[in-house]
Amino acid sequence: MRRREFLTLPAKGFGGLVIYSLAGEPIRLEAQDGMVRVPLRFFTEAEAKAVAAACERIFPADENGPGASDANVIVYIDRQLAGPYGHDKYRYTKEPWIESVPEHGDQGKATPRDAYREGIPTLGADFAELPPEEQDARLLKIEDSAFFDLLRDHTLEGMFSDPLHGGNQQMVGWRLVGYPGPVMSYRYEIEEYHGKPYRREPKSLEQMVGHDVVGWEDEPV
Amino acid sequence: MKRLKPVDVVIVGGGWTGMTMAKELATRTSLTVVVLERGPERKTSEYMAQMDELDYRRRRRMLQNIAEETITHRHTVRDRAAPVRQHGPFYPGTGTGGAGEHWNAVATRFPADSFVLATHLRERWGAAKLPPDHKIQDWGITYDELEPYYWKTEQMMGINGKAGNLGGKLIDGGNIFEGPRSHEYPNPPHKRTYAMNLWEQGVRELGYHPYPRPAATLSESYVNPDGISRPGCAYCDFCSMFGCMIEAKAQPTNTLLPLVRGRKNFELRNHCWARRVLHRDGKAEGVLYMDQGGEEVEQPASLVVLSSWTMNNTKLLLLSNIGERYDAASGKGTLGASLTHQGRPAGGAGSILFNEPLNGFMGAGGQGMGLDDFNGPNGLPEDGSILRGGTFSGGGGGGSPLSAFGRIPPGAAPRNWGSEWKKASIEWYDRIGSGGGFSGEHFAYKHNYIDLDPAYTDKWGDPLVRITIDWTDHEHRQARFAAEVLAKLTDAMARAAKAKVIRGGGRGRVDGRYRVDGRYRVDSYNSTHVQGGAIMGASPENSVVNTYLQHWQMPNVFVLGASAFPQNTAMHPTVTAVALTYRAADALVGRYFDNPGALA
Repeated sequence: MRRREFLTLPAKGFGGLVIYSLAGEPIRLEAQDGMVRVPLRFFTEAEAKAVAAACERIFPADENGPGASDANVIVYIDRQLAGPYGHDKYRYTKEPWIESVPEHGDQGKATPRDAYREGIPTLGADFAELPPEEQDARLLKIEDSAFFDLLRDHTLEGMFSDPLHGGNQQMVGWRLVGYPGPVMSYRYEIEEYHGKPYRREPKSLEQMVGHDVVGWEDEPV
Repeated sequence: MKRLKPVDVVIVGGGWTGMTMAKELATRTSLTVVVLERGPERKTSEYMAQMDELDYRRRRRMLQNIAEETITHRHTVRDRAAPVRQHGPFYPGTGTGGAGEHWNAVATRFPADSFVLATHLRERWGAAKLPPDHKIQDWGITYDELEPYYWKTEQMMGINGKAGNLGGKLIDGGNIFEGPRSHEYPNPPHKRTYAMNLWEQGVRELGYHPYPRPAATLSESYVNPDGISRPGCAYCDFCSMFGCMIEAKAQPTNTLLPLVRGRKNFELRNHCWARRVLHRDGKAEGVLYMDQGGEEVEQPASLVVLSSWTMNNTKLLLLSNIGERYDAASGKGTLGASLTHQGRPAGGAGSILFNEPLNGFMGAGGQGMGLDDFNGPNGLPEDGSILRGGTFSGGGGGGSPLSAFGRIPPGAAPRNWGSEWKKASIEWYDRIGSGGGFSGEHFAYKHNYIDLDPAYTDKWGDPLVRITIDWTDHEHRQARFAAEVLAKLTDAMARAAKAKVIRGGGRGRVDGRYRVDGRYRVDSYNSTHVQGGAIMGASPENSVVNTYLQHWQMPNVFVLGASAFPQNTAMHPTVTAVALTYRAADALVGRYFDNPGALA
C-alpha cells in the first residue's frame, strides 16, 4: 500500500460528512472550526492541491457566491477516481484498442485515473502556488485538452451532485441556484408555480430518506 | 455443467415483454414458467434512496454493465467495426423489469398505416420512388387486428392521454393523426408544466394539432383490470433513468411481477445469463445459461421464449444457429436483417431565453406535448423527396443544475469556465429551454443489419453483436426538413413566451443534441428504440417470426420485442411490443398448447 496522503481543508465544510480511510473504514467528521486532515484515496497531497486550485479557477468563489473549494470538489473528485468510475470498471475495456472515426466516441485506453495522472503535470508543478491570473493563463493553454474537459465536468459534478458524494458541501451548489434537491412530490407545485420560481431550502438525499446512502464510488474495486 | 429438471416454458429476459408473457402463461395455465434474468432483483422500496442524479442519470447505474457486453459498429461492410465502449446511442436496461424500470414511459401507439407501410408507399408514390436499396415490408398484421391488444396494454399500464380518434371521429386536443381507438385512454392527461403550455399555445397558433403525449405514468390513482392499484404521479423528475419509488410509473415490477410472484408454477431467476438456445432436429430443447457463480446450467424446456433486449434476441439466435443468417451481399437470409433506429433533426433549432424560470426540475419523464402534423405521410413536401416524416415533441423538463448549469447564450461569457461564465450561468440557470425535439421514421435498408463481430467478445467469450448501419440521403433530407419545422416551432413557442430565440451555440453546451446531418453516431444518445434483426412478417421468405412472434423454422421458439419490427416508426415502441406479446400469448393459450406446431 502506498504512503497515506492527506489534504488539509477547512473543517466548516464537513458537517457530519462521512469520509473513508484508505482501508475503506468510514469516519464521521463533526462540524467544527479550524482545519481537518482528510485522508486521500487517490491523489497525493501535491496532486490534490494542484487539482483543487484548478477547480477553484474553473468555478471560483467570488461576489456571485461560493466556489469549488467551498463545495469540497476535490474530495468529490478524489473519491470518484478511487472508485469504479475512476477504474473504468463500467466501461468496455477489451482489446484490441483501435483508433476509429469520431462517430465511435472515446476509444482511448486511458482510465479517468490515467487521465489525471497524465494531465496534472500539464498544470505545472508550481500550479497551486501561483497567483490566480497566472493559474488562469496556464488553464487557457490546456483548455482544449481532454483532461481539461474532464476536470471541468468533474468540477460541475462536485458542485451540483448530492453531498453524499463528497462535494456540494452544505449544499452550497444547490443554494447558489435555488435547486431544492430531491423532492418526493411536486403534485401541486407543478401547476401553481407556472412562470414564477419555486425556490426553497434544499434537502440532501440522506436528509430526505433519513439514513445513510452509499454512493457508487464506495463499491469495492 | 448442471442439468436442471425440465420445465414447460423458459423465458429469457424479465423486461416488459418477458414478464407480460410470464404473467399471461403462469396465470392462465398451470404450466411451469421460469424467467431467466441477467441482472439483479429490483424493488420499489429501493428506489427512493436512488434519487441521486450523479449515479443514476450521469453514470447510468441502472443500465446494463457495458464492461461485460456491448456492441460494435461500422458504417459499411468496407469499414472496421469499433466497440461502443461507453453507453451512448441507446440505454439497455438490466435487472428485473429490464429497461421497463428506467424508461421515461412515453406510451404511444404506432400510426395505423405503419403496419402496411410497403403497400401504402407503393400506392401513394409507386415502387420507383422508393429508395433503391430499401427493405420496406408490411408487418403481416394490421392496426385493426392489434387494436384490442393495444387497449389491453393501455389498461394494464394505466396510460394517460386524450384520444384524438375515437372510432373514426376526430377530436381536437388529442392526436387526430392516430389510428382509430376503441376507447378513450384509461386515465386523463398529466398536469402541465409551464413549458408545455407555452409550447402548445405557440404551436396551435401555427395551425397545428399538438396533443398531450400519452404516458404510462399515472395521472391519478388507478386500479387496472388485474386488480393492481397504483397512485398518481408526483412529478418528482427522478423518472427517466430511475425506478419509480411510488409505482406511479408502470414498470414490470409493479404491474406484472406482483401477479406471479409466489405462484407455484412461476420462478424468476436473477443473475442468469443465457448463452444458447439448445435444439435438435428443428426443435428447441431448452436454454444454456451461466448462473451467478459462473457455472454452466442447462434448463430443459418444451417452449423457449426470447425476450431480452432487441439486439440480444438476434445475438442468441445467431449464436444458437437458429434460422438463416442474413447475407447483405446476396440479400439472402433473414436473421439479422432490417436493423433500424430513429432519425434526429439536422442541427438544433437553437434555444429559447425565457424571462422567468421554468422550474424544469419538476416533471415526469413521459410528460410533454406531441405533434404529428408531420408524422407518417402528413405535411411533407409534394415532390416525394421525403416519403415519411416523424413526430415532434415539446415542453419537456430537465432543469436540475447537474444537467442544466452552464447553458448560457453565446457571447454571454468569454469562455466556458471562470467568474464571468459562472455569473452568466447563474443568471440563465433554469431559463434556457428547447423549442422541441424530433424523432424520425426510419426505413429498413439492405445495408443496415446485425451480425456477429469477428474480433470482440463479451464477458463469457461469445462474439459481440456487430451492427452495420449508416444514414442515407432519405434520412438526411428528413433531418433537414425536421430542422426547418423545429425552427418554426421554436419561434412559435418563443412568441408565446415573449422570449428571445438563440440559434447555434457554443462548445456543445447550449445546443449539443444528437444530429442526423452526417453519419450514424454511437457516441451520443439517439433513442433506445433500435429495432429489427428478427423481424415478423407474413412469409418465412422475408421474416424470422410470424405475426404470433413464433419462429418460422422452429415453432417452439418465440421471439418477443422490438426485434420483430420490420421498420421503425417515429414513435415509442414499448406499447406495441407489449401488445404483440399479448396477442402471441392469446395464440399460445388458445391454440398452441393444445396442439403444438406452427400457428401460421
